[in-house]
Amino acid sequence: MYISYTTSGRSEVVSRGTSTCWEGVALSSVDGSSSTPLLSVRNLRTHFDVGGHAVKAVDGVSFVVHEGMTLGVVGESGSGKTVLSRSIMGINTASNASTTGSVRYNGTELIGKSKRELRDFWGEEMAMVFQDPMTSLNPVVRIGRQLTEHLRAHKKMSKAAATELAIQLLTWVRIPEPEQRLSNYPHQMSGGMRQRVCIAIALACSPHLLFADEPTTALDVTVQHQILNLLSQQQSERKMGMVLVTHDLGVVATRTDEIAVMYAGKIVEKASTSTLFSDMRHPYTQSLFWSIPKTSEPKHTRLSAIVGRPPNLAALPVGCSFADRCPYVQPICREVEPQLTTDSNHSFACHLPVGSADADAALSSNIAQGLAQSEAAAIRRDAQTGASA
Amino acid sequence: MAGSGTSHLRQHEDVVLRVENLTVEFPAKGGKVVHAVSGISFDVLRGETLGLVGESGCGKSTTGRALLQLPAPTGGSVQLDGEELTSLNRSAMTSRRTDIQMIFQDPISSLNPRRTIGKIVAEPLEVWGPKAEDEQWKLVSEILDAVGIDPDSARYKRPHEYSGGQCQRISIARALVMEPKVIICDEPVSALDVSVQAQILNMLEDLKAKYGLTLVFIAHDLAVVKNISDRVAVMYLGKMCEISESDELYARPAHPYTRLLMDSHPEPNPNAEIDESVVLGGEIPSPINPPSGCRFRTRCPFADERCAAEEPTMTMVSEGHYVACHHPLAEAS
Repeated sequence: MYISYTTSGRSEVVSRGTSTCWEGVALSSVDGSSSTPLLSVRNLRTHFDVGGHAVKAVDGVSFVVHEGMTLGVVGESGSGKTVLSRSIMGINTASNASTTGSVRYNGTELIGKSKRELRDFWGEEMAMVFQDPMTSLNPVVRIGRQLTEHLRAHKKMSKAAATELAIQLLTWVRIPEPEQRLSNYPHQMSGGMRQRVCIAIALACSPHLLFADEPTTALDVTVQHQILNLLSQQQSERKMGMVLVTHDLGVVATRTDEIAVMYAGKIVEKASTSTLFSDMRHPYTQSLFWSIPKTSEPKHTRLSAIVGRPPNLAALPVGCSFADRCPYVQPICREVEPQLTTDSNHSFACHLPVGSADADAALSSNIAQGLAQSEAAAIRRDAQTGASA
Repeated sequence: MAGSGTSHLRQHEDVVLRVENLTVEFPAKGGKVVHAVSGISFDVLRGETLGLVGESGCGKSTTGRALLQLPAPTGGSVQLDGEELTSLNRSAMTSRRTDIQMIFQDPISSLNPRRTIGKIVAEPLEVWGPKAEDEQWKLVSEILDAVGIDPDSARYKRPHEYSGGQCQRISIARALVMEPKVIICDEPVSALDVSVQAQILNMLEDLKAKYGLTLVFIAHDLAVVKNISDRVAVMYLGKMCEISESDELYARPAHPYTRLLMDSHPEPNPNAEIDESVVLGGEIPSPINPPSGCRFRTRCPFADERCAAEEPTMTMVSEGHYVACHHPLAEAS
């Protein structure tokens, strides 16, 4: 490598996926004992009542997050990923929303707690960074007060002590001249700076669990790189658990230990990051990956688009929600809903998982019948086997 | 970077769009001037796709709009098939607009919510095409069919009945109905989900083959630009840094800024190294008071006095690959 842009060099967060942290997680979940996970979500459902129909935004989601581990949640718009993180935090304010299931934070059940009770958890135990740094800061309050607000409320700090810590926080998130910045209003800062301030606010009370909901979607690519580095550096220094919600498989590829792929309110596949990328079992994960243009491919590489659109969450089809867009679809997919099954820490919900003999046979018969989505997938598959051969 | 110069322009008989020293400035408070685009030059051959890539504020959208004379550039020349567009008067320009069309980023807000799809796509024809409704509908239904929208069901529907991806198809149909020589695509897929994005990119490739389109494709996503473009130009703060055939550019970026963009791009590959050393110092400077010399020098790791004193001009690094930098990255170093 021939450019070195900085001074700081590399930190120890670089290699992930096969890190000890993930192996530790894997071991503890295999023997089923050891410590309580930091966050344990079981069968979480958030349904919105819209004109008498239930819009199933989150429909039976389960996962655990351990201390020091990053879970990536990937899905397209409308897959329920944002509602999921808001439901866990308990900040779904819509009056027509109903959340059931279980969310245990360090063993304490959060579902059913009142806002007043949850306030003890927000900030100090779990915090959130939102997508849009423009709207998540108050435009008429100076940065300094927004930073110190919950330090004073939660930690009962004096004004001077809180200000001192605020300066420290801004230094951590690498904002130059933090003393001057405290008296700035949000509009006086760039988008990247504002997102740094949001991260500083989230980190202020040293939370043990951080939700980052599309933290870099509104930012330029070089700024995105900085913010993601900052998040993973803070996460590993503080041994926080982190849930990184994004639509971009590229963002989660190198910065998570485990990935959950969501489609139509459900987790359709979940595995360690390295396993997920090397061995995709759910057709949706595979199709999503194939539809992304990659800089490593030559120009004009034909993309394998997913046909159609995501289903209407108020009127989900019987069986598998992905059936109408799936290259492997068979009659059973439209009759029986596949359940999430786990095979050595790799979970997927599919009757015909990619790579199985059944899936190959299904794809061949679909191609013979001239199913459009299968043709696209077959071209892609042949191109890949051709390239590797 | 901040480079000028025209050495990268080609002497080719099939140049359909030729832009030289394009400059766009806007007045700012206190008599100051926003230097949005400063001396950009490029050319596009018939049937070619040129990608313009850069971060927000680099002037890529302003460049796209200046090609259409919306607003007319402050200086420089825009030639479409040899005809100078900047010197045309209003009515002459109006008649040329059929040849150069635009597709916008937000497909939903670029369609009038109160009009039917049939009317939206036929609108350019109202001005320039056949006036008889049957003739119009014949053209419109053909083009809707080509972009994958069922014409008969679409005719009396309105934009809210369609998804974002479908609205983008309708916008593309509206641009295509005049059979333009050049289409400017300003971030046409950045508001769409990846699965829909792939559908639109594939469709643009198909339409390009079918109608022999020439595209100027503006986007911030490096992978999208590489996928669709034959040549790619990288912009920074109103200047062009580098231009090359796309595979060559991505394999051997010569400009430090291009290199930085590529290192920052998140590839969906878990084995990719996260280079934590790639941190760009500082913020993008204000286009009201851009740095002297090379505009990238304030954030460039290789900057020296020469970069502050002298603006780099486009120089060839290999066949068809030009860079505006005093210290281009060498392959070997």
